Amino acid sequence: MAQLLVVDDSTSMRNMVAATLIHAGHGVKDAENGQVALDIAKENGFDAVITDLNMPVMDGITLVKELRELDTYTYTPILLLTTESSAEKKSAGKQAGATGWLVKPFDPEKLLHTIDRVLD
Amino acid sequence: MSIDLEEFHQIFFEESLENIDVVEQALIDIDLESPFDAELINSIFRAAHSIKGGSGTFGFTEVTNFTHLMEALLDEVRDGHRTLTPELVDALLKSCDCLRNWFASLQAKEALDTEISKPIAKIYQTMLNVDSSAGVSDTPVEPAGARIDADSASQDSVITDNHKTWLIEFIPDNEILLSGNEPVRLFRQLQQMGEYSVTVNTNKLPNIKSLVVDECYLAWTIQLQTDHQKQEIEEIFEWVADECRLTITDISNCSDQQLEESVEPVQESNNESVKIIQADKLTEIKHTTKRALPSSSIRVGIDKIDNLINLVGELVITQSMLSELGSNFDMSKIDKLSNGLEQLLQNTKELQENVMGIRMLPISFSFNRFPRMTRDLSEQTGKKIDLIINGESTELDKTVMEKISDPLVHLVRNAIDHGIEFPKERLAVGKSENGTIKLDAYHKGGSIVVEIADDGRGINCDAISQKALEKQLISSTEGMTDSQIFELIFEPGFSTVETVSDISGRGVGMDVVKKNIKSLGGRIEIESEEGKGTVFKVHLPLTLAILDGQLIRVGTEICIIPLISIVESLQIKQEMIKKVSGNMNVYRLRDENIPIISVGKEFGLSSSADNFDDQLLVIVDGDDCKVGLLVDDLLAQQQVVIKSLEANYKKIEGVSSATILGDGSVAMIIDIPGLLSMSAKRSISSNKHVA
Repeated sequence: MAQLLVVDDSTSMRNMVAATLIHAGHGVKDAENGQVALDIAKENGFDAVITDLNMPVMDGITLVKELRELDTYTYTPILLLTTESSAEKKSAGKQAGATGWLVKPFDPEKLLHTIDRVLD
Repeated sequence: MSIDLEEFHQIFFEESLENIDVVEQALIDIDLESPFDAELINSIFRAAHSIKGGSGTFGFTEVTNFTHLMEALLDEVRDGHRTLTPELVDALLKSCDCLRNWFASLQAKEALDTEISKPIAKIYQTMLNVDSSAGVSDTPVEPAGARIDADSASQDSVITDNHKTWLIEFIPDNEILLSGNEPVRLFRQLQQMGEYSVTVNTNKLPNIKSLVVDECYLAWTIQLQTDHQKQEIEEIFEWVADECRLTITDISNCSDQQLEESVEPVQESNNESVKIIQADKLTEIKHTTKRALPSSSIRVGIDKIDNLINLVGELVITQSMLSELGSNFDMSKIDKLSNGLEQLLQNTKELQENVMGIRMLPISFSFNRFPRMTRDLSEQTGKKIDLIINGESTELDKTVMEKISDPLVHLVRNAIDHGIEFPKERLAVGKSENGTIKLDAYHKGGSIVVEIADDGRGINCDAISQKALEKQLISSTEGMTDSQIFELIFEPGFSTVETVSDISGRGVGMDVVKKNIKSLGGRIEIESEEGKGTVFKVHLPLTLAILDGQLIRVGTEICIIPLISIVESLQIKQEMIKKVSGNMNVYRLRDENIPIISVGKEFGLSSSADNFDDQLLVIVDGDDCKVGLLVDDLLAQQQVVIKSLEANYKKIEGVSSATILGDGSVAMIIDIPGLLSMSAKRSISSNKHVA
């Protein structure tokens, strides 16, 4: 059981990911954009963060950068949710400090498997 | 895994429809001549991207494929490799229509009409193909229609069942830990693949004083015996590929070097899969009409809910205070009691207002479609139109909003079609070339007023009366005021434009508009000046759940008449009553003959209908005419909460619904149009009887 933060501007995506993780026994908080996520992250501790890339207000890449600036999130696994399989986007994410990525579309099992990879 | 994706479908549909609105709105806002608005383009891209992402995950392949094309083009626009042409904007707008249609089908669990996407998809492909072959963009664009999930493609590659031994050398960069990648986790993954041994290389480990805790100084050599492919091992290291030096060698059989090359993932040729969505014919998008939608939901701001919880809390406190007061009450506490009751009244009022607030949506939900519509109509008609929208944040009950949307559309179409003149005509009469349509919404008293104003040619009274005479809607125009003549356009079967156009003027419009507005308990007014323009004012109730009612007494029963339909109430002067056509009584009021209907007689409550002495006449606005209702007494005016009669009992003619009064008794709310038609039927049948 881990504490996870799910960030996506799409409610259906966010709910789906959150429900899957909760079902698997994890504790989940969610946010609809990077800024909200950052505020939540500052108030709470998370074992991993899963974030979408394209979001209004603050996008995923900026969120990763901002989180890495925080002492408590220096090593926290951060996964990018992306439909963009292009290497360009992935490397931008990596440079910002993301741990890895999850390529949409994904099924619940693939999601859980990937999450397990980054949890201790 | 027992997560049911279907429970997220509904949210996804609603969200996608919102996203389509975003795309459409942004496309309309874009000024093609002005410099590139990155934020606007980005918002379009994001919306299309969200639809694609969601539809992929929820398994709506057609939607994914189609939005992928949109996204591919938008991505190029966003990156500055493509300019947004009017053709592209047009195709994107059509895509919005297509997607709307699809989502309606998905919601109704019907098959998708894939024909409608074909012409648009073809346009997109042509754009994508032409430009990529012409080499407009220097950097390679993500291939259109390529497999979205590259991973699944690669997993299908050659499978050999050889058990192999791999030697993995893993030398991470110093900063690897800073991206949240912990080498131990990678090893744990490898461990699951087969027999595994690891040796650590600590050569680079510095002396403890110069050791930086953030950095990784270790390197590992792993030996792995597994049935899994090299590629699967590589996948484990996928995330750290550019943060380490990694070599994976097959040491079970050293001659197997060729294997490596064959496993390299091969990008599929893009043109192949683009063809999935191709069509030969250009078919026009059909607007589908309403379908039965599953129960809709409403999005409520969290502050509204918080407020509500807060109020309920206060209510509970008041309640407990009152019950304590009641448990040992004596007359000395009468002040406290009345204070408590006052507080209860306050709480209930606030609670009521707040609960109503939950159902309230800004009217922009309804207004939002007009920019697109105006744009389309202006193209179709060749008229130039500026649309001005005010008061979009005015809130309206969700049900009222849904029911008023179509009438508003009709009024706007009418204003464009009949009101606004062609540019030449406008210039000839000294107006600016562009016509203006102004939409406004505001509160007035207890109701909402929606105004649709145009600065067009105005309503021609003569033409209207001429037409009405021709159609025998009236027998003469004598004594008719302008506003009475305007009212004629709401008569069934009325249309003044000679040629019936595509847009409006099928002659079935305005009467339906008026009927719909009436059924909501609203009314519509026209102000018009020839040559200057026309204003339609639609008055709507704030909500359908509460009604301002006039309590009346009929016999021993108390009934309620909606206050909005009452014109005036008066004491009857016997000499003003005349009998016409057999059984019908009319009341002569300021040169008008107003038919009298006895409420008591209609509902069988009292039989003293012909004794007018002690009775009162309530003049109400019926369907198209004024009618006098005969009642025994006028009581209080108060807000009543509407309770459905059909849901609790059954439908009764002449009664729209019921309510519960302060003393706990049930009172019927009179349905004025229903009562009129009931009375009309009755007088016809009684006339027959007499004959």
